[in-house]
Amino acid sequence: MTVVRNVRNWFYERLEWDDLIAPLRKKTVPLHRLSYWYFLGGITLFLFVIQVLTGILLLLYYRPGANEAFESVQYIMTQVQFGWLIRSIHSWSANLMVFTAFAHMFSVLFLKAYRKPRELTWISGVILLVLVMGFGFSGYLLPWNTLAFFATKVGTDIAGQVPFVGHAIMVFLRGGEEVTGATLTRFFGFHVAVLPGLVTVLITFHLLLVQRQGMSVPPHVEKDWNANPTTRRELKFFPNFALRELMAWYTGLGVLGALAAVFPWNLGVKADLFASAPAGIKPEWYFLFMFQTLKMIPSKVWFMDGEVLGILAFGVAGVLWLLLPFLECDRLARSKQWITGMSVFALAYVVAMSVYGYVAK
Amino acid sequence: MAMLRNKFRKAGMARYLVTLGLLALAASFGYGQAKNSCVDCHSALPDPLGVTQETFSHDIHAQKGLTCVSCHGGDASTDDPTQSMSRKAGWKGKIDRRQIPELCGSCHSNPTYMRQYDPGLRTDQLAEYHTSVHGKRLVAGDPKVAVCTDCHGVHDLKAPNDLQSKVYPLNIANTCARCHADAQYMKGYSIPTDQFALYGKSMHHEALTVRADLSAPTCTTCHGNHGAAPPGVDKVQSVCSTCHIFQAQMYVKSSHKAAFDAASLSGCVVCHGNHDIEHPTDAKLSTGQGAVCMQCHKLGDFCDRARAHMLSQITRLDEAIKDADNALAVAESAGMEVSEARLGQNEARDSLTKARVAIHSFKPEVVDQYVQAGLQVANKDMKAGQQAIVQRNRRQMGLGLSLIAIAMVLVGLWLYIRKIER
Amino acid sequence: MATSDPSAINPGAPTATSIPRRGFVELLLSSGIIATAAAFVYPVLRYFVPPKTTDVGGDSVVAGKVGELKPNSGKIFRFGSRPGLLILTADGEYRALSAVCTHLSCTVQFRPDLREVWCACHNGVYGLDGRNILGPPPRPLESFDVQVRGNEIYVTRRRES
Repeated sequence: MTVVRNVRNWFYERLEWDDLIAPLRKKTVPLHRLSYWYFLGGITLFLFVIQVLTGILLLLYYRPGANEAFESVQYIMTQVQFGWLIRSIHSWSANLMVFTAFAHMFSVLFLKAYRKPRELTWISGVILLVLVMGFGFSGYLLPWNTLAFFATKVGTDIAGQVPFVGHAIMVFLRGGEEVTGATLTRFFGFHVAVLPGLVTVLITFHLLLVQRQGMSVPPHVEKDWNANPTTRRELKFFPNFALRELMAWYTGLGVLGALAAVFPWNLGVKADLFASAPAGIKPEWYFLFMFQTLKMIPSKVWFMDGEVLGILAFGVAGVLWLLLPFLECDRLARSKQWITGMSVFALAYVVAMSVYGYVAK
Repeated sequence: MAMLRNKFRKAGMARYLVTLGLLALAASFGYGQAKNSCVDCHSALPDPLGVTQETFSHDIHAQKGLTCVSCHGGDASTDDPTQSMSRKAGWKGKIDRRQIPELCGSCHSNPTYMRQYDPGLRTDQLAEYHTSVHGKRLVAGDPKVAVCTDCHGVHDLKAPNDLQSKVYPLNIANTCARCHADAQYMKGYSIPTDQFALYGKSMHHEALTVRADLSAPTCTTCHGNHGAAPPGVDKVQSVCSTCHIFQAQMYVKSSHKAAFDAASLSGCVVCHGNHDIEHPTDAKLSTGQGAVCMQCHKLGDFCDRARAHMLSQITRLDEAIKDADNALAVAESAGMEVSEARLGQNEARDSLTKARVAIHSFKPEVVDQYVQAGLQVANKDMKAGQQAIVQRNRRQMGLGLSLIAIAMVLVGLWLYIRKIER
Repeated sequence: MATSDPSAINPGAPTATSIPRRGFVELLLSSGIIATAAAFVYPVLRYFVPPKTTDVGGDSVVAGKVGELKPNSGKIFRFGSRPGLLILTADGEYRALSAVCTHLSCTVQFRPDLREVWCACHNGVYGLDGRNILGPPPRPLESFDVQVRGNEIYVTRRRES
């Protein structure tokens, strides 16, 4: 043990991290019956780290390009030792991360953690969620299998419906008029370089804000505490909260390992550019609520194309969502109720449409 | 003289213009370049005599510029029926059935004439026809047999590669069946009328209609078309071997060839039948339902032992392939990647097909050779499937161990938190 | 970034005050952490080991070696998930075709006596360029590009233009 301590001292003499750790030691986490929701952001972060690590490992063998992408993933799954594990974890972790990111967002929404002064945290968080979905969309194509190929075709088609700029967006995404090998190269670039860069910057910003502002306390808990100050309780961030978070991470790791080993992510059939689309093409589950909505809108609403209307509606909803903190007026209790009502509706809508989209043929 | 000539020229000019106008009019009605008075009347007549311009315009002969007169004679340039349909003008009226082949042959057997329309078209149809049962009977005075128009149609005759042609591969069987499946019509002939019904059950028919494989055999593939006749008993295998060449090669070298020839049995047909050839199953080699060997052979003799051996070998390979398929399916449903072995299965299936083909040699050692090759592949695939399951179990073992380690950490952390918060 | 820095929250190196009384909890925790670390590191290290076959497959494959084929002969090679046929013509030229008959997907073969490609199943014949010449085949065989690099014969699927 003295060796460890000597090494530690050697580094300490040179780095003197006391003042770096000091804010962490002072930092506390409010403790109440809803404290569990505070873990979700951390779990999402953990899953992102897993994604980065397994993603780097996959890069050792993956080859982008329509001629080799599918074969190289097949190679990883069959020839490379533990390749199946790395890829399955990457796929499962991606899906879990999207889920926890959504859950994190809705928990923040219902605990009203987006209010002043945390508007920037909310906005950066919403942008992060969009980027995470971008990760999902671009990563889904990389194995170059039939389902992914057609899902990408449909997805980029929808983007192409946006009025005025739609076609330009579609060409930008596809790297041409059609989904081809050029699209794959492009998505690979987005997936391993553009998006990770953006996300890293935004996560840093997001976490910095969380560190500066501390944890938000839900208004009704705050009210109880103000009425009865002796019930106010806090947990030291380090080590108490951090150790609990670590437990959550370990649990996540166990779940991931179990999913990967019991349900390895399958590979599908190599994409054939000239094959006709298989019936019932659906996007990944986290796009289903949008996909299903667009499918259900009649092709003509009043004078507008139904699909365009749906896309515009989602665009408007997205902007409102992003600006949510500014919509809540401090004084009016009614506005708060309105936002809570809308949040419940949004959650119910997303869940119901996703389930419907999953079940529907 | 000069004046006269001028006048004449004027009159000639006028006549020329009138003719031009009439021609343009005629052309605008779709009457072709020359006047055709036949359809003026016949398009209004009831069915046996009625031919409209519309019908005739689909006829390949019309498209090549031939007219009614080309076959029926007469003079289509006059509207007077007594003139247009006068024997003096060469009018033949309704062509007698017995004359039809010769009439068609007057052009179709003339290479020089046919060259200007289709240099690649054969000109031996009439000669072939004379060798056919149809042709011989016609000459002998039987008017009921098929002549050119019965199969090719008349007045709306299409090229054979036209989907609507009566002799397009998909339509041939129906065309033949119009007579040959009609028991009433065929009364007085000593041949059965169930060929069409039987053919409808055959796998050749299925290949042709369901799979739309135009190369699949229909009536004319085996019987010929213009020279239609039943293939001779000893020639059956030559007919079949145009496609089933391996089987034929093996059969010809086998002991059955001599035996069947001696007994006047018609090769392939003995075991496979003719019109109702079904997809052969291994049951043909058995002694139960669908068995064919036992028609001649006795249980327990030398040949029966060979039969039993070939059957058991082929069954063995068939089962090995199925077992491997199952093992791979189990592995796949467990999420394991076994596409390599799945690919190998095709090779094993190929061997099984070859082994089944090799039955036609009636030599167990030839069958064995393919069976062994197939077994080797199937067993390898089987092993790959089992290996995948072993691998999956190993993964779950590894998972179990890691989960124990993770649980240790979780319990440790929980206890540690309790300890420091006490 | 505190939550993502494992060293800052590493409970395996407890702070100085708790060092003297190392009990059951610490033992359980540290052995658990070592075990899980091993469970993570081991697969990753194995993952780094390059597999025996480095050929990923795809649209280019080594179909054979120079000198392996005599002139006027052919051999079947694996091309992705289907068989291919490599032919060395009597003139010493390499040709590569899909070996899957377009009629009923039997595997075709080169016939030195015919100097053509032949399908045994229903007596279909293709030319050396893959054209269907005789018998049932409805379409030509897909033909591939052949390149000789050093000692190896590479067959490549033609790009869709």
